[in-house]
Amino acid sequence: MFTSNPFAELSASISPQIMQGYVILMVLLVIGGTVLDMIHKKSAQYFFENAKKAKKDAKRSVGTGEKTTIAFKVLANEVLTSGEFCHMKRRLSHLLTMYGFILFVATTAIMIFGYPTPEASTPAILPILWHIGALMLAIGGYWFWFFIRVDVSAEGLSWYRFERADLFIVSLLTTATFGLIWSYTQSSGMGGWSTLFFALFIASSTALFGGVLWSKFAHMFFKPAAAFQKRVTKADGSRENLPGDYDLTDPAVQAKFPDIPEYMGKNPSYMGPGIRREPANHY
Amino acid sequence: MPTFVYMTRCDGCGQCVDICPSDIMHIDKTLRRAYNIEPNMCWECYSCVKACPHQAIDVRGYADFAPLGHSVRVLRDEEKGTIAWRIKFRNGKKDMELLAPITTKPWGKFIPKLADEAAPSKEMRDSELLFNEPKYVRMDEGGLHTLESNGLKMKAGVYY
Repeated sequence: MFTSNPFAELSASISPQIMQGYVILMVLLVIGGTVLDMIHKKSAQYFFENAKKAKKDAKRSVGTGEKTTIAFKVLANEVLTSGEFCHMKRRLSHLLTMYGFILFVATTAIMIFGYPTPEASTPAILPILWHIGALMLAIGGYWFWFFIRVDVSAEGLSWYRFERADLFIVSLLTTATFGLIWSYTQSSGMGGWSTLFFALFIASSTALFGGVLWSKFAHMFFKPAAAFQKRVTKADGSRENLPGDYDLTDPAVQAKFPDIPEYMGKNPSYMGPGIRREPANHY
Repeated sequence: MPTFVYMTRCDGCGQCVDICPSDIMHIDKTLRRAYNIEPNMCWECYSCVKACPHQAIDVRGYADFAPLGHSVRVLRDEEKGTIAWRIKFRNGKKDMELLAPITTKPWGKFIPKLADEAAPSKEMRDSELLFNEPKYVRMDEGGLHTLESNGLKMKAGVYY
């Protein structure tokens, strides 16, 4: 199961051209959905208006070089390691889901376009990565669904309650789950079951990529942009009107705010995480 | 004015729901982001504003201390043990910042161990004072009690 390319075996019943056409259609649906989402929510308009407002309040201008450094920081911290999440379990689950999804989608595209038939022998690493990706996606996703979702862990709602907000996670989970079951039934030679789970796999992935307008799929595009803007406001001093992030050992800060050295000393110690010693779960 | 949430900042972590003394900060069932379910009942205690790890909650302050169109924002940094406020007027000419300590010792390390205290004697039980209440808070005799009159000195530090 783990070393066989499920799409090569599928090429006996569905031609590779149809599979490739389906992948292209899904890419177009994601692009179209994201653009429609942006128009509908006016998120781009809000984003640029907010950026203009922040620029007006800026205390210094941020150059292109500094913006590039900020972009790299966003890539390293917010994008690649999900650094925005304060909740460690949530961050781990998001990393599993994100890298699982990327592996799964990338290997699917490579196998469908590069090795669509059994004649073009697929390198063993591709199907292995495809299965690992689906498993990571399923583990991270189910962990989130059953234990981490805030309205499950805190608002006391049941795990089987569905809302429109769940469209993204549910379609992700069903895509990974039905994909894995389809691969298993196909490699075990269970013809009928295999067809059923393949149909479910396709239905789930169509819902995932076609439902961008109604789901939170587009967050993977606008979240990095928002994280970048947030860092720029810190760099240019506008800080969204938030107070400064002071260095308490700086003599200038101590002179401006004499309560700090008087009550905390010249070199205040690290006070620890405070209320974040435990996650929010008391409601 | 009651609290409101910047949806683009909120990640639905639930810290505000956890801390709200009026239990009016909830997670929206469709968007899975926090919102104030009953603005009329919000008394602007700022607990959620300070607890939010992303500074996603804001309150419009009253016009008696800052004219309309102003901004009053707070940053509670627990790791440094400080709280910072910034009040900015609409015209941008008044832009004030304040910084004050909220603790002088690491959180949770110096909690009084009341369980280790000796059990109250019969005399203490019959007394009108609360358990371990120092005598100098009594107001039933003589003048106002002060630290000096009780032979005490002000110590640096916040006790909790």
